[in-house]
Amino acid sequence: MGRFILKRLGVMALTALCLTFAVFVLTNLHASLEKLAKNQVNTRMTDEQVELWLSNNGYGEPLLWRYGEWLGVVPGWTGTAENGKPTGRCVQPNVPPEETPRFCGVLQGYFGFSTVFHQPVGGIIAERVALTGWLMLWVMVVMVPMALVVGVLAGMREGSRLDRGLSIFSITSTATPEYVSGVVLIAVFASTSFGLQWFKASAASAMDRMTLENFTLPVLTMALYGMGYIARMTRASMAEVMTAQYVRTAHLKGLSFGAVVLKHALRNALIAPFTVIMLQFPWLLTGVVIVEALFSYKGFGWTLVRAADNNDIELLLSCSIVAVVVVLLTQLISDIGYVFLNPRVRVS
Amino acid sequence: MGALEIAGRILLQFWPVWLGLAAIFALSFRFKTCLGLYGRLMDSGIGKVGLFIVLFWLLTAILADLVITISPLDQIAGMKNAAPGTVVPGVEGQYYLLGGDNLARDVFSRMVMGSRTVLAIAPAATLFAFMIAFTLGLPAGYFGGRFDTVLSFIANLVLAFPVILLFYLLVTPEIRASGIPVMAAAVLFLFPIIFAALLLWSRFKTQPAKLALYLAITLVLGVWAYSGLAFNADPLGVFSMDPNLLNIFVSVVFVNAPAVFRIIRGLTIDIRTRDYVAAAQTRGETPWYIMLWEILPNARGPLIVDFSLRIGYTTILLGTLGFFGLGVSPESPDWGMTINEGRKQLSIHPHPALPPALALMSLVLGLNLLADGLREQALKD
Repeated sequence: MGRFILKRLGVMALTALCLTFAVFVLTNLHASLEKLAKNQVNTRMTDEQVELWLSNNGYGEPLLWRYGEWLGVVPGWTGTAENGKPTGRCVQPNVPPEETPRFCGVLQGYFGFSTVFHQPVGGIIAERVALTGWLMLWVMVVMVPMALVVGVLAGMREGSRLDRGLSIFSITSTATPEYVSGVVLIAVFASTSFGLQWFKASAASAMDRMTLENFTLPVLTMALYGMGYIARMTRASMAEVMTAQYVRTAHLKGLSFGAVVLKHALRNALIAPFTVIMLQFPWLLTGVVIVEALFSYKGFGWTLVRAADNNDIELLLSCSIVAVVVVLLTQLISDIGYVFLNPRVRVS
Repeated sequence: MGALEIAGRILLQFWPVWLGLAAIFALSFRFKTCLGLYGRLMDSGIGKVGLFIVLFWLLTAILADLVITISPLDQIAGMKNAAPGTVVPGVEGQYYLLGGDNLARDVFSRMVMGSRTVLAIAPAATLFAFMIAFTLGLPAGYFGGRFDTVLSFIANLVLAFPVILLFYLLVTPEIRASGIPVMAAAVLFLFPIIFAALLLWSRFKTQPAKLALYLAITLVLGVWAYSGLAFNADPLGVFSMDPNLLNIFVSVVFVNAPAVFRIIRGLTIDIRTRDYVAAAQTRGETPWYIMLWEILPNARGPLIVDFSLRIGYTTILLGTLGFFGLGVSPESPDWGMTINEGRKQLSIHPHPALPPALALMSLVLGLNLLADGLREQALKD
């Protein structure tokens, strides 16, 4: 088991390395750097001014070298500003030049400086991910129990009218992406034209204080899309368990239907959905971007959009690290959890 | 105009679509027994509903010119954010059936025209993703080894990306300027030709005359389409693709292919241990013959189902792209972009955003129901 986890962590590191390099290449195309320079200084720079700005701000080095700088395996660039003060990747405003480290990259725990927010990336990411964490938490709290109940109810009597109805509900929910359900929910529950102004169409105030009024719609929007899929998996798993030998035995020994479902079928039926729920996290990550943009909740997804819109290289790199870690960590947890839940499977 | 009258007029406006649907369903019922899996779809309630919705949008896309009331780009003075059912000033019997949008364009006609963008890209992109996945996934599953390890790693790499980030990186004017989409297209669009060539070669290897003829036809057609689609250099000008569209198409294919690759690889690993594969091996068939003519036909059930689901997923992806303003062109009535434009004034005028949203949802729902019906019928095999 230990070796298995170690191997997976190794693959994870390799994946993160490849992905960040891909992001690095795509954000450092010359045209993108030109756009960045013009965004940072002014839009009517001449080509020479752009080149000068780029080389003065450490963008002049070869691509691989700068990726190394970002990783922290190559010393950061240094230079002198017009007023004679030393500048460089590792220079901090309140640290004296003698104490400035030579290397500063991800390996040293420094994630760079955001060109959009004019703050260190590490701080931005921590703050935004925490906000998104709350959103995710509430989505999970709403989505998982709802999905499991729907799935179990549908799967316990396969082909019944209840099953048909709930299945159509789950198919509809998987067919409704966030930007559709969000728009419909806002139109119905937050617009003047339907007259039901129960909730707010913006979750901006939820960043300080979450209330039912400002957080219901974003949570519901995300939960609805993810729910259908988990419910369908649960239904399939439940339907399979209900045909198993031991369930028939339980029926035959005279247990009531409720007792059979709750005591015998349920636990075994929930193994498969566990994996699905864990694998749902990466999917939620995309949903988060849409929902946060739609409800102007300034979390991780919103930051990612801002960073991508403005070609904020180091912020985007950190965003992709977060995404990769979330995706691969949930895969790992789902594999390990599967082994614990299902004693028939052993990791080899 | 009341809600009922609006609904009535909209239904009436779709008359060519209803006609087409009636014809297709009548023929399908008549020849149900000799149409294979498609014919058996007529026995499944869910499948019929799904097929109905999908065909509805397909016919709407084809016949959009007959269905629309006003050109989707026309801006008529005084119709800005007009309520559904408003009479167009100065024209007798012309209505904005679903109201006007922020730029005084007809929401109904834009929704109808928007189906074209989606149905032009989504099925084709899905098909390309499948071709790529066939060409790479079958050998990866069949041979295993280092080839499989490397490809699986790359596939997982692409899948570990949040889709949105990938789109933000791949669909930008800077990327278009750099020529990366054309290069990617040059590689990706080769796969359908390779796939078709392999298919024919493995089948007709022992009949050189037939093989030469079929291969020649495939290669001429393939290279012709290839030059037009990837490089916009078709000498006859039949095949061409707008650079912006090419960028989106390539990105969508790129996102979809790894997921399909994993499915096909998994199915191949499962099927290669079957007896009929062993029999073919003993017969001395080439690996490509076994992969393409023994394994692939036997994996068709899950693949057809996934194809239908994946078109729906691609539709959602295209909507997402439009929602973030990365769509085809700012003027085009693409559903995702219309939703994006409409959402800014959602709490005052919800009517411009709702029709494209519901249209997109219904198309994806139709595809999902169709997939469910197909799965039901394919399991009976």
